[in-house]
Amino acid sequence: MTRNLVGWLQAAPLALVLLCFLAAPIAMIVSVSFWGATEYSIYPAFQFDNYEFLLGSEVTRRVFFATFRYAAITWALTLLIGFTVAYFLAFHIRSQTWQIALFLVCTIPFWTSNIIRMISWIPFLGRNGIANSALMDWGVIDAPLEWLLYSDFSVILAFVHLYTLFMVVPIFNTMMRIDKSLIEAAYDAGATGWQTLWHVIVPLTKPGIMIGTIFVVTLVMGDFITVRFMSGSQRANVGRLISNDIGLLQYPSAAATAVVLLCTVLIVIAILLRFVNIRKEL
Amino acid sequence: MAKPKVGYTRRSLLASGAAVMGASAFPAPMLWAQDTKNITLRQFGTGVSNLNEVAQKVKEDLGITLEMTALDSDSVTQRAATQPDSFDIADIEYWICKKVWPTGNLQAMDVSRIKRYDQIVGIFRSGKLTPESEIAQGTAPHTVGFVEGPESTSFADSETGWMTLIPTIYNADTLGIRPDLIGRPISKWSELLNPEFKGKASILDISSIGIMDMAMVVESMGEYTYPDKGNMTREEIDMTIGIFTEAKKNGQFRAFWKTFDESVNLMASGEVVIQSMWSPAITAVKSRGIPCVYQPLEEGYRSWGGGIGLSKSLSGMELDAAYDYINWYLDGWVGGFLMRQGYYSAVPETSKDYMSENEWGYWFEGKEAVEPIANPFGDVMAQPGEIRDGGSFYDRMGAVACWNAVMDENQYMVRKWNEFIAA
Repeated sequence: MTRNLVGWLQAAPLALVLLCFLAAPIAMIVSVSFWGATEYSIYPAFQFDNYEFLLGSEVTRRVFFATFRYAAITWALTLLIGFTVAYFLAFHIRSQTWQIALFLVCTIPFWTSNIIRMISWIPFLGRNGIANSALMDWGVIDAPLEWLLYSDFSVILAFVHLYTLFMVVPIFNTMMRIDKSLIEAAYDAGATGWQTLWHVIVPLTKPGIMIGTIFVVTLVMGDFITVRFMSGSQRANVGRLISNDIGLLQYPSAAATAVVLLCTVLIVIAILLRFVNIRKEL
Repeated sequence: MAKPKVGYTRRSLLASGAAVMGASAFPAPMLWAQDTKNITLRQFGTGVSNLNEVAQKVKEDLGITLEMTALDSDSVTQRAATQPDSFDIADIEYWICKKVWPTGNLQAMDVSRIKRYDQIVGIFRSGKLTPESEIAQGTAPHTVGFVEGPESTSFADSETGWMTLIPTIYNADTLGIRPDLIGRPISKWSELLNPEFKGKASILDISSIGIMDMAMVVESMGEYTYPDKGNMTREEIDMTIGIFTEAKKNGQFRAFWKTFDESVNLMASGEVVIQSMWSPAITAVKSRGIPCVYQPLEEGYRSWGGGIGLSKSLSGMELDAAYDYINWYLDGWVGGFLMRQGYYSAVPETSKDYMSENEWGYWFEGKEAVEPIANPFGDVMAQPGEIRDGGSFYDRMGAVACWNAVMDENQYMVRKWNEFIAA
C-alpha cells in the first residue's frame, strides 16, 4: 500500500506537468477546431465546417504532399550526411579526446540562432550573391543561377543545414556503443568493408537512425519559418497554412489544421516505430 | 499653440489655497487623487505612426505620458479585437476598423469636442477631397468614419457628429521600381505582370492590400473593369487571383514579402526590379545609395489611412486627456513630423507652421526643392531641383483609385489568397 503510494507520488510531478502543458493544450486545440469563427470573433459550436473545408480542398492535399516531400528529401540528405559524419567520428578517429573535440566542432553552428543561420544563406545565394559572383568569376556560368534562392533548392538546403546535427548525435551515440570486437569478427569471417557496414554496423545503428529520423521528420513538418523565408513566401507547407490562419484571426481553422498535422506526424512516428523497438534497444 | 484644458478650470480653482480649503467641503475625491499631469495613456498601433518622438513631444506639451506599442497589422487587429482593456488609444488603419468596430471595443468620438474638425480634409468627412472629386473604391475612410450615435455598432453613410477614428496619417501607394535595372519609363500597373520582368517582380503577401494591387493590375491589363474593386464577388475574386496564379506558375515572381524589411532587401539586392512597396521602404533603399522610384502610374494610386480610436473603457479624466491629445495631434506638430517623411496629416494646413517653406513646397505643393530635403531623423531625402514623385498633395490624393478594403466576401478571399500562395 505505502509502496504503491510512494510510486504514485514519484510519478505525480511529471504526470502533472504533462497534464498541464501537453494534454490540456492539445485538448483545447481539439475542441477549438470544432468551433466557428467570424471576421473578429470565435464562437463555441460543434461543427465540422473547418474539417470539411480542410479535407475537401485541393490545396490541402497539395500542401500536405509538399510537406511530405520536404520531409522525405531532407530526411534522406540528413541521414546520408549524418551517418557519414557519425561513422567517421566513431570508427576513423582513434583517440577519444579527438572524438570529443571533433564532435564539439559539429555543434559550433548551434551557438547562433536558427533564424540567423537560415537568413545568412539569403545574401549568399542571391542573384548577385557570393555564390553566383564566384561561379561567374570562375567562368563556370554566364548568367546568375536563379534557382539558387527562393526555390525548393534553397528551402531544402536550409533544412539540411539546420537539422543534420539532430541526425549526427543519436547515430554517433549508438555507434559508440557498438562492440568493436563484432567488427573484427566480421573482418575475420572474411566480410568486405561494405558487407561489414551493411550487415553489422547499419543494423546495430538502427535505433540511432530511428531517433534521428523522428527528430528530423517532426521538425521539418512543423517548421514554417524556414519555408517562408527561403522560398520567398512562394512555397507553402502545413505550418504556413496554420500561421496564415492565425494571422487572420481564424483560430478554429488553424486548430483543425493543427489537429490533422498532429495526427499525420503521430502516424508517421507509429510507422517508424514498427521498424525498431526503441525501448528494447535503449 | 493652443493651451490644453483638461479640467484645468477645476484644477486652477483647486490650486488656490482658498479653493483647497473650500474644496474639502465638496465630495470630489477623484480630483484630489489624480492629477492630469500624471495621466498615462496606453497607445498601440503599427510602426508607421507609433513613434517615440510623438510621445516625447506630448509629454512636453501636455504632460500626458503616452506609452507606445508598435505592432504589425495582424497583431494590431488581434489586439484591438480581443484585448479591449489592454489599451486606451488604438492607432489603427481604416480597413481594420471595419473588423474591429463591430466588437464594440471602441467608443465613438463627439466631434463637437474636436476643435479642428472642420479643417479635417474632405476625404475623411464626405469622401471627397475637393467638391468635384470622385469617391474612390474600396473601404474609403468616410464609409467607416461615422456611426449614428455613441452606442451604435454599425457605420453611418454620412457625417453624424460621432466619429469612429480621427484620421492621423495616410498616403497614396504605388509600385516601386529600380530605374537603373529597368532602363525605360514605367507608366502602368500592368507592368507588374509584364513577362519582361519574369522572375523579377514581387507583390506583398497581406491579402487585404495585395488583392487591391492585383485589381489595379487586372484593370490596367484591360482584362476586366470592376464595379467596385473593394467589394468583389466570388467570381471576381476567382478571376483576379486566377490571373496572378497563372503568372506565378509561369515564374513571374521572385518572392512575396510581408514585412517592410523584406521589401527593402528584395529591392536593394536587385532580386526584384518592380514590386508593390510602401513609401518609407523606397526611402530606405535610396538611403543605401541605390536608385529606387515610387512610380506614379496612369491608373492612379491605392491608398490607405490610419486613425486614432478610443477604447470603450476610457472615461472621466482619462477621456478628457485623450481628447486633449487628439486636439494636440491635429494642431500641426505631429502633422509636420509625418509630412516630412512623405505621409499626410489630417489637417495639412496646420503642419505648415512646423515646416520650412522649402519643405512645405516640396512635400505638399509638389514644387522643386531649393535646398536639400531631410526627414525628421536627419536623413537627406532629396537634393535641390528634385520634385516629389506624383507631385502635389492634390495631384496625389486626387488620383486615388481605391482604398485598402475589407470585402463582404473577405473570408472567401482569404482562402483563395492562401491557395494562391500555396499554388
